[in-house]
Amino acid sequence: MNYIVPQSELKIVGTSPVRPDGVDKVTGRATFGADMALAGMIWGKVKRSPHAHARIVSIDTSKAMALAGVKAVVTAADFPEIPNEEAFVGEGPMNFRDLSRNCMARDKALYEGHAVAAVAASTQAIAEQAVDLIEVTYEVLPHVIDVEAAMAPDAPVLHPDMFTAGIEPKPTRPSNIAKRVSFAKGDVDAGFAEAEVIVEGRYTTQPVHQAYIEPHACVAQVATDGQAQIYSSTQGQFMVRAYSAKILGWEIANLRSFPLEIGGGFGGKTVVYLEPLALKLAQKSGRPVKMMMTREDVFRASGPTSGAVIEVKIGAKRDGAIVAAREVLKYQAGAFAGSPIGPGCMCGLAMYDIPNVDVVGYDVVSNRPKVAAYRAPGAPITSFAVESAMDDLARKLAIDPLALREMNGVRDGSKTHYGVTHKDIGFLPVLEAARNHPHWKAPLKPGQGRGVACGFWFNIGGESSGAVHVNEDGSVSVVSGNPDIGGSRASMAMMAAEVLGIPVEQVRPIVGDTASIGFSFLTGGSRVTFATGMAVTQAAERVVEQLKTRAAQIWEIPAEAVEWKDGKAWPAGLNAGAFEPLSLAQIALKAGRTGGPISSEVSLNAQGAGAGFGCHICDVEVDAETGQVKILRYTAVQDVGKAIHRAYVEGQIQGGAAQGIGWALNEEYIYDTKGRMENAGFLDYRVPVASDLPLIEAVIVEVPNPRHPFGVRGVGEVPIVPPMAAVANAIRSATGLRMPDLPMSPPKICAALDAAAGAKAA
Amino acid sequence: MSKHHVTTTINGEAVEFLCETQETLLDVLRNTLNLTGSKEGCASGDCGACSVIADGTLVCSCLMLGVEAEGRSITTVEGIADGEKLHPIQQKFLEHAALQCGFCTPGFIVAAKALLDANPNPTEEEARYWLAGNLCRCTGYDKIIRAVMDAAAELRGEARAA
Amino acid sequence: MPKVVFSGSETRRFTGGRTELEVTATTFRQLVRELDARFPGLGEQVEEGMAVAIDGVIYQDAYGAPLAEGAEIVLIPKIGGG
Repeated sequence: MNYIVPQSELKIVGTSPVRPDGVDKVTGRATFGADMALAGMIWGKVKRSPHAHARIVSIDTSKAMALAGVKAVVTAADFPEIPNEEAFVGEGPMNFRDLSRNCMARDKALYEGHAVAAVAASTQAIAEQAVDLIEVTYEVLPHVIDVEAAMAPDAPVLHPDMFTAGIEPKPTRPSNIAKRVSFAKGDVDAGFAEAEVIVEGRYTTQPVHQAYIEPHACVAQVATDGQAQIYSSTQGQFMVRAYSAKILGWEIANLRSFPLEIGGGFGGKTVVYLEPLALKLAQKSGRPVKMMMTREDVFRASGPTSGAVIEVKIGAKRDGAIVAAREVLKYQAGAFAGSPIGPGCMCGLAMYDIPNVDVVGYDVVSNRPKVAAYRAPGAPITSFAVESAMDDLARKLAIDPLALREMNGVRDGSKTHYGVTHKDIGFLPVLEAARNHPHWKAPLKPGQGRGVACGFWFNIGGESSGAVHVNEDGSVSVVSGNPDIGGSRASMAMMAAEVLGIPVEQVRPIVGDTASIGFSFLTGGSRVTFATGMAVTQAAERVVEQLKTRAAQIWEIPAEAVEWKDGKAWPAGLNAGAFEPLSLAQIALKAGRTGGPISSEVSLNAQGAGAGFGCHICDVEVDAETGQVKILRYTAVQDVGKAIHRAYVEGQIQGGAAQGIGWALNEEYIYDTKGRMENAGFLDYRVPVASDLPLIEAVIVEVPNPRHPFGVRGVGEVPIVPPMAAVANAIRSATGLRMPDLPMSPPKICAALDAAAGAKAA
Repeated sequence: MSKHHVTTTINGEAVEFLCETQETLLDVLRNTLNLTGSKEGCASGDCGACSVIADGTLVCSCLMLGVEAEGRSITTVEGIADGEKLHPIQQKFLEHAALQCGFCTPGFIVAAKALLDANPNPTEEEARYWLAGNLCRCTGYDKIIRAVMDAAAELRGEARAA
Repeated sequence: MPKVVFSGSETRRFTGGRTELEVTATTFRQLVRELDARFPGLGEQVEEGMAVAIDGVIYQDAYGAPLAEGAEIVLIPKIGGG
């Protein structure tokens, strides 16, 4: 069925009820990863490489094992060698051999913080001592950190068996460039020849960490018959089960994975780090093992997203029509191949209808932690460059920057450079909402500047399961297979309640473990409300059909003569007979007599995700003395298709924008000459705090996605795409400075102001 | 090495525990007393997820030793509600959707309680600066600040009524 | 007949630079086999690493996705997300 109807016809969807897991979370009762404990549990710790690149000559664990209280030690020798085998994970194809070697270094440590061994001991303190007693002999190798340095022909090679894919003929020398990808449309040289105004620039972005406040944590337990349980904070309990089983060489059915409450992920918890180690330690010690990362571990050994170098060139006619664009993107993958270069190549220019485009991307390894997915993987990086260039183009053409985007912005039927023709999209309505927002016309004071930038993300569907059970008293349980990271339990309950016609409080949503619900792909990619929501909606519809059948049995009339309305079964018309309506509770009471329990589980692979577009407006003021950029006002407009829980949709938009502001202004990885991270903590890796930010106004646009029962597109990814350029364009407007390098931190702003003043004086 | 015997008050109740010299109050709360509402986000006093109130002062329990709790009165997130009745700050966090993942929420609630105990009528800017020691990565702070300001208003209203 | 568009290097390196092809397949599953027969290796590449847009609607891992007469089919890298 389709519920894409005016809001006035919906009772629950589109409102903002209190979340079902809320009370537990405001009282401290919710069980997150590190809150889990099992009887007899011991503690695991990881020994990490102090070197950015080193051959592991030997590992001597004898002293650690001899320490009283130490129950088990593991190294790569405890895990099977895994052949090259690709599978699709959070943000792209992932090689299980690489995943295994990222969890536990084999032969070589490829970045500072790379796990080389792990111990389990009766207390945390003993485990820490034991880590120090493990003796690793390294042969330190030359390392490389920066992306362009890693691409140089004489760079230290991380993987002697890596030859750049996507180049013909196949290269004969190994390289740190894992892959070259390209997209082309039209004739880009002819396009530039035709252009009357051209802008170009070279932009750099820093890797940024997802910086979820909860460090990775898990508890593992293994019985002597091989049956195991893993409890962890993750974006996918099925992912944890599959990857852990693969890395350990175990059968999937022997491993049951329980998702605990997750303290933020943003893509960073779409892979495993600790889980296979904890399981192996639990198996060897015969005891449940808890492992937690420290914040330092999180920075040095998990996440982040790619840093990059992006060259962009855009050409237009004098009337503003863009005729050509060229982009070269070099994305850091970290120590193993797999940066989000594919979406990077697609997303930046996906927003504009340009006849001639050429995009080339490189996926580059270096001695940094392997990147993990981070909100709209790849898109924010390319969009920082493209949207900065669009701002320059608008200035050069003396056209209002929103007007330039309105003129060239994609609409239904626009063909992108990666071939896909846009369909059912809402970019122009987003631009219109931005233009009509009071912020766009609000006056600025001297010294203040305003920037605007846009963002695109595909959104995805994928495999999801949802179950709806009618309990004996007429209350309803909804089970889904996706960890609730930002309020999705509420959305699931709301969609089920809307279909069932009952108050949302009558529906209790839970996230099931891998044995309680059908397979579900990760929580990520803005897919859960879309795909899992589709499964839950269909399950609820099937339950309604059952309820009608049961009522028909009670009334002894045909099922077709029953209709379901307002949470009750009604005779469909006068001919059906004169019966008092039956409530869900009344029907549930007779479930045993009418055929047994009333429930339905739907597993599906949701297709046809609806792309999302956003437009952000940002006002700033720059302190010329300190170089500090103050965000004065921020408005984020986004087409979400349909907001199921309005307040949480706003929250996703606000949170994504705040992360983007951090990316723009402060966040970066600082390495010393030995390739060691110097700012692995929240004091020096500075995420935005409450006093850094103004009120971020979220403006919801709803152009329904016709392929979802309620019109949902997804919301969480798009809002992190525009902020870097929106802030940069605001700084440009306030100071005249085009800041091409992130973060636009006080030292960089001061240097740019000084350089500009020097140029003026000279 | 023998453990220290510590006598303290936690959430209004007399509590005794044994701890090692180097154990933080956060370790004791979480691992010895099973009060896992206080969270470890950084163990360096930067994120505020472990915020507790010690004798009226807001502190990061990861920066305080367990032995330092001796003779003091500690309030954790578990002690904010009055039995089953949520504190207005907790209620407003729910109503304003001021949490997404909920991991930083205990720290924010304790910090907000300390703020409103010290300053029942803060400006938005004062609230933002007071809460600048608590990191939230999900919300962008907007709804948290609204919840705190609304709770402050409600608490002042109650004070007037009383 | 449905028309397949090869917009990126990840497919064009199998097609020898060819950018379009008319196919007889009526489902995505048939398409994979037809492409592999025509350009050895492309089928596996599509199956493992590509999503397909059929007249602008993106499908991932969907053997049964129907390819209508005259449909425009575009192969793009699979999309994940955070």
